[in-house]
Amino acid sequence: MNKIKTLADLKRMQENVKSKVSLRDKASRAEDLVQVKVAMATCGIASGAKEVMEFFVVELDKRGIEAVVTQTGCMGYCFAEPTVEITLKDKDPVVFGYVDTKKADEIIEKYIKDGEFVDGIIPRNYETIK
Amino acid sequence: MHILVCGGTGCQSSDSAKIQSNLEKELALKRLQDDVQVIRTGCFGFCEKGPIVNVLPDNTFYVEVKPEDAKEIIDEHVIKGRRVERLLYVDPEKEKHVEDSKHMGFYKKQLRIALRNCGFIDPENIEEAIAHDAYQALGKVLAEYTPEETIEVVKKSQLRGRGGGGFPAGLKWEITRKSVSDKKYVVCNADEGDPGAFMDRSILEGDPHSVLEAMAICGYCIGSDEGLIYIRAEYPLAIKRLKIAIEQAESFGLLGENIMGTGFNFKIRLRYGAGAFVCGEETSLIHSMEGKRGEPTNKPPFPSVRGYLGKPTNVNNVETFANIPAIILKGAEWFASIGTENSKGTKVFALAGKINNVGLIEVPMGITLREIIYEIGGGIKGGKKFKAIQTGGPSGGCLTEKHLDTPIDYDNLLKAGSMMGSGGMIVMDEDDCMVSVAKFYMDFIVEESCGKCAPCRIGNKRLYEILDRITQGKGTIEDLAKLRNLSSVIKDTSLCGLGQTSPNPVLSTLTNFEEEYIEHVVDKKCRSGQCKNLSYYVIDEELCVGCGACLRNCPVHAITGEKRQAHHINTDLCIRCDACIAKCSFDAIRIQSEPKILAHK
Ligand SMILES: Cc1cc2nc3c(=O)[nH]c(=O)nc-3n(C[C@H](O)[C@H](O)[C@H](O)COP(=O)(O)O)c2cc1C
Repeated sequence: MNKIKTLADLKRMQENVKSKVSLRDKASRAEDLVQVKVAMATCGIASGAKEVMEFFVVELDKRGIEAVVTQTGCMGYCFAEPTVEITLKDKDPVVFGYVDTKKADEIIEKYIKDGEFVDGIIPRNYETIK
Repeated sequence: MHILVCGGTGCQSSDSAKIQSNLEKELALKRLQDDVQVIRTGCFGFCEKGPIVNVLPDNTFYVEVKPEDAKEIIDEHVIKGRRVERLLYVDPEKEKHVEDSKHMGFYKKQLRIALRNCGFIDPENIEEAIAHDAYQALGKVLAEYTPEETIEVVKKSQLRGRGGGGFPAGLKWEITRKSVSDKKYVVCNADEGDPGAFMDRSILEGDPHSVLEAMAICGYCIGSDEGLIYIRAEYPLAIKRLKIAIEQAESFGLLGENIMGTGFNFKIRLRYGAGAFVCGEETSLIHSMEGKRGEPTNKPPFPSVRGYLGKPTNVNNVETFANIPAIILKGAEWFASIGTENSKGTKVFALAGKINNVGLIEVPMGITLREIIYEIGGGIKGGKKFKAIQTGGPSGGCLTEKHLDTPIDYDNLLKAGSMMGSGGMIVMDEDDCMVSVAKFYMDFIVEESCGKCAPCRIGNKRLYEILDRITQGKGTIEDLAKLRNLSSVIKDTSLCGLGQTSPNPVLSTLTNFEEEYIEHVVDKKCRSGQCKNLSYYVIDEELCVGCGACLRNCPVHAITGEKRQAHHINTDLCIRCDACIAKCSFDAIRIQSEPKILAHK
């Protein structure tokens, strides 16, 4: 790993990783690329987020859907854990609450495959600085 | 096209299921069921105006919808493309209908600064953090600002400490900078001991780099090359993610020696606490880090003058630090433009208790409790009545209905007899007994008092005993005066912040709910039915079939009655053991504040 030696280095690195991140949605093969983020803070894990993440990783692979499954911190909806955010190409991210493996299966079959909504969507209720 | 129907508890209790089925029926009638999908969602967080129906993709927001409105929504909106004006949300300030939910006030109620990356980035991948501006603020101050200039930015932002006391962060940095020493320390207080609070844990679990970066900035400002994070061992996930984050930052050259080629060195280590509330207090925390007993000492000297190992030490809270990078990048003026006159920026609260949307929220200072409870929190669980909200944990107090519209900031909370504290908010409803709430906090304090000074060690124990007596039905009216006197003595004479604030829950419940205390000691009644000795076990004659199950199982033979006729409980004999309730298959036995049945089910 090359160390970051100046502020300019850091800025270059940021551009690099940013384009890496956006490549995920812009690359030509990205029609099939789905982003799945599982909220993995203590609250999520305590309600089974680990199993759900595992399920997404294994099942998306099995069912031939190319996807990036990552973990993230607390989205704030602790009442509805485990929560999962799905971003389909050209679509706004959608957060689903109370996702167990059964719900995850439904999300894959309906929302991820056909873009069809399923019960349990949580409306986003905050703004964030950028 | 999609129609989203709110399936939160509040909306469900006002018929959202019926709305959904009516919408589906109408769609089927018009043969549109394959084109328009009706979905039940989680709570929109706007229960005051529920039930809510949201039509996508045009994002039209209908409020207070009734099942019979389904036909009009389908006929007008779905088929003819015309919005149903009368169901749109009326913005109370502008008296104008607002269609698009993005323009609705309540969606803007939350603003995430400290939590900006929480729930967005993978906390175990530094590249994602860097893509979201991590370490840009550190790079900027090292390259462009002197330490004094940086401190000036923090001072101008008017950021106050988020750990409870609200001391101005910039001023603390300046004082620590001015302390002359060969070695100084930056300490991050991640002890978070308030029952029900999880703000700091969530920040560390979701965006550890924001805190590491801010600690390095602080180190640069005060002239320190070493940071320590004091974190309770009960936070294993936060610890794991911090370790990963520190390792990654070091391997990228963003922590360690000669950061970004500027010659500035800063390393960060973790120190574990055993989870004692008093160790959140900064002098106790420092002693605990030194391997001594976690007990406080008198201030002054303040840690910024003499702290860890006798060296000047700057102690700040996790959330205080998490705000710093955003302030540096977006500017002090921007930060100071948010909030109220003396409280700038936002505050993270952990919403817990009898509220629908238990969770983590970040709101601008100056928001009201009403907005937090009914718009963000989605209202009280089960549609019950709001009674009180405890802020500031065991050092704070409860706020009531009359405070619902008070703008929340450091000063207003103090005026209302509570305090900001670190940000736990516990919501209570009509089923909660306020004397028992005070007793719960005193129980916690008696456990957590370190015992070094007498007022806190002995006084709090006595407070607890008096409260216990009152909840047992053995209190007298004189006890209330005793509670008040003793509380003020403890507050005035305790050594540290723990004892100086610990009687607050007692005092604030006494002030706001005096009539409930009087009921306990004079009428020997607990209106919520929580105090067992003051409540009555009563059999509902309409539900009792006279099966005799309770009678046979009562250990003190307090129940009488003929077979197949309603039974009775003799209150004088009843020991409130719950054995009868466990055996009753008809749900006929009630615990209540009156000896006769109040309302039939
Ligand atoms: C009994 C007691 C418990 C405390 N617990 C915490 C805590 O858990 N976390 C925290 O940051 N500050 C806590 N504090 C406040 C600290 O003493 C100190 O003021 C704070 O860490 C300073 O940081 P700030 O200025 O950024 O808020 C506590 C104080 C007292 C008296």
